[in-house]
Amino acid sequence: MQPPVPLLEMRGICKYFGSVKANENVDLTLFPGDILGLLGENGAGKTTLMNVLFGVYSPDGGRILIEGRPVRIRSSADALRHGVGMVHQHFHLVPCHTVIENLMVGRPGRSGRLDRRGTLDGMAEVERRFGLALAPDALVSELTIGEQQRLEIIKALVRGARVLILDEPTSTLTPQETEGLFSALRSMAAAHMGVIFISHKLNEVRAITNKLMILRRGKVSATLDNDQSISRRRLAELMCGREITPPAKPPATRGEVLLEMRDIHTGGTSRGRLKGVSLQAHAGEILGIAGVSGNGQLELAEVISGMLAPTTGVFRVSGREVTRPSPRRVQQLGVGRIPEDRMGTGLITTLPLASSMVLPRIHEKRFSRGGFLRQGAIRDFVKEQMQRFDIRAPGPEVRTGTLSGGNLQKALLARELAWDPLVLLAAQPTRGLDVAAARFVHEQFLELRRRGRAIIVISEDLEELFALSDRIAVMFEGCINGVVPIEEATVQKIGMLMAGVKEAA
Amino acid sequence: MIALRLEPREHTPVWLNMLLPLLAVLATLVICSGLIKLAGASVMAAYAKLFLSALSTRFNLVETAVKATPLVFTGLAVTVAFRAKFWNIGAEGQLLAGAMAAAFIGARQGLPAWSLVPAMIAGGAAAGALWAVVPAALKTRYKVDDVVTTLLLNFVIFYGMMALLDGPWKDPLSGYPDSPDIRMAAEFPILLKATRLHLGVLIAALCTPLVWLLMSKTTLGFSITAVGENPRAASYAGMSISGVILLSALISGALAGLAGASEVGGLHFQVMAGISPGYGYTGIVIAMLARLNPLGVIPAAFFFAVIITGAEAMSRATGVPVFLADVIQGTALVTMLIALLFNQYRVRLRRVSHE
Repeated sequence: MQPPVPLLEMRGICKYFGSVKANENVDLTLFPGDILGLLGENGAGKTTLMNVLFGVYSPDGGRILIEGRPVRIRSSADALRHGVGMVHQHFHLVPCHTVIENLMVGRPGRSGRLDRRGTLDGMAEVERRFGLALAPDALVSELTIGEQQRLEIIKALVRGARVLILDEPTSTLTPQETEGLFSALRSMAAAHMGVIFISHKLNEVRAITNKLMILRRGKVSATLDNDQSISRRRLAELMCGREITPPAKPPATRGEVLLEMRDIHTGGTSRGRLKGVSLQAHAGEILGIAGVSGNGQLELAEVISGMLAPTTGVFRVSGREVTRPSPRRVQQLGVGRIPEDRMGTGLITTLPLASSMVLPRIHEKRFSRGGFLRQGAIRDFVKEQMQRFDIRAPGPEVRTGTLSGGNLQKALLARELAWDPLVLLAAQPTRGLDVAAARFVHEQFLELRRRGRAIIVISEDLEELFALSDRIAVMFEGCINGVVPIEEATVQKIGMLMAGVKEAA
Repeated sequence: MIALRLEPREHTPVWLNMLLPLLAVLATLVICSGLIKLAGASVMAAYAKLFLSALSTRFNLVETAVKATPLVFTGLAVTVAFRAKFWNIGAEGQLLAGAMAAAFIGARQGLPAWSLVPAMIAGGAAAGALWAVVPAALKTRYKVDDVVTTLLLNFVIFYGMMALLDGPWKDPLSGYPDSPDIRMAAEFPILLKATRLHLGVLIAALCTPLVWLLMSKTTLGFSITAVGENPRAASYAGMSISGVILLSALISGALAGLAGASEVGGLHFQVMAGISPGYGYTGIVIAMLARLNPLGVIPAAFFFAVIITGAEAMSRATGVPVFLADVIQGTALVTMLIALLFNQYRVRLRRVSHE
């Protein structure tokens, strides 16, 4: 019997950015039926490699072969033509259009008209083969995140993708939705397609893939079959080049209530509009907030950050009511904030790192006097924080946006922790961070907890919440659907609460 | 076949930042040489006349500086506004507001002579600032598009001014639609004998480092830049977006108003229809050419002043129409915008084999 022809081969791929070797001699082979887990720290070159495959970057060296034939991929249209589809972490959908309209974009029928019938046939085919279905005339803006992701996958399949790249696909799904995605991926593999699955979540990667490829600093550090014998620990080591152990979590010593919300409502019409949220965060505890994205976590974070004023309800920080909330007011009361959108809300990517790091405190005596900046003091402060938090950057003057995700998050943490907040709100604090950086962030939270501060962690990563939290509050449609002490929390229990099921005692 | 594609840059080298405006100017001159050829003149001769005549004698040099003065003011005005992403296309109208205020104050008989010049400067700046705050307030309060309002308010004030000049404010002595001349004591002092180098030139030269100081050394400049680069992050950090935009509009309008006051006090001693041949709009091009750096405004304004003053001489000597100066200005904006693209992207050429 002949050995099967690989569906996709990337040979000796090199990609340089100036002196940075983002990819160096990377080989990747994908056979029909493979689900390949692509692992690596941030900045290891996973995204670059996939961008080369999807035609976003042109490689500086190397070849791509599809079913044994060399191909050139210069744009995403080329990629699709060769049967390579990609589902990005952030969806590329038109929210005000329907499902089928989104599927028809970019594939006009004859004489430029939209090919509705052909697209419907394609959808039916995808449903028959992989069990992926959506109502063709549903508005995208009314789909859940899980459904939108399904639409992205259908889009790739309808266009004839035989290789599907998924970038961090599970970060926004409930455990149940994740299982649904996995069963679709398994039927794709059974249909001799190939899947490349990029993720930081080692458990999921181990559950769904049959092969693993680990990148480290642009090079392949290991390619192996995913049999269950390989330990999480070993994988983490291969990714980081050293051993990573989770930080120890001593028992909590719960103190007084530092942040309290009673029956908070917000305006608007979004699904996540808060409809009577009550919660308390105590000194010395980490309160985890779970939930499928879009169920009010964003609004909750905005209220605590002072960006969104509640329409009714009581909001107290260390016993004092926040009557006219504003970012400045909540900061004065001692709330530190790590926003979900680090680049868009937290820092200013186009300005120097130093500017980003003193942004909220620029009017304090330490950084300005009589309206004039104390640039020396600012530089010293930033240098000091860079050292303390091991922020890897050439210097305080470097443009913020050039830092890696992990370093950006450290910069934000440093900025907020430098003022010793009473309450720290962190939204998706380790999203997109590699194992080492995530561990560092977690250590900082635990250190704050030890010092008797209250930490509120909003996360879609259940592993993270289980590892950190003392209590987990679950949001559903703008309400807290239940608060579970960590001793009683199970994935099933939290998953039910996330799906809107009220706890049956 | 060669394929050309753009890739985002990881970082921009410093030398490239310095070089880009020069390359843009060079490209502009190359492009415009086609028009000179069409006009039947020698490209070299025309450009030589265009540039050298403005710089040849001491008198011409001073004239160029005088011409550059309103452009420095409007260039700075646009720089401050654009840094906050307040798209002030209205420096033209703010200049007119400043000019009208200065001409009005300068003609008051009731004021003591010593107070006239300072009052004209302060009044001009205040009028420009007020006229700029209108669109800024509309933007911050009601989210009205600032490009549209600042642009259209230029016409409102221009035709308002013309209505005044044709009616109650018409100069009774000449009968032309010009305002009455300001008092002798209101004319800006001349700094260099037998030239037109007036106080306004000095003020413009002083404003440049001041604006630079404001933008790079003060908390206000810091806030303006932060709000301009990322309003959401600035607001999250506790800054007031509306407050910062209003302040930047005030400063921007005041600078444009100074341009008007300086033209009235230093050159024309009255307002008339042609008080500004589009200085406010040229200020936009200058600010872009200076890459929104206040210190870059002076060379950029000087470059334009050279072209504007030199165009007459070039036209007389070579027969190329003076309008070439306008074409050069417009082309410079386009080439500069293209140059800014290379600030963020690099071009990669690839040989492509047919499949």
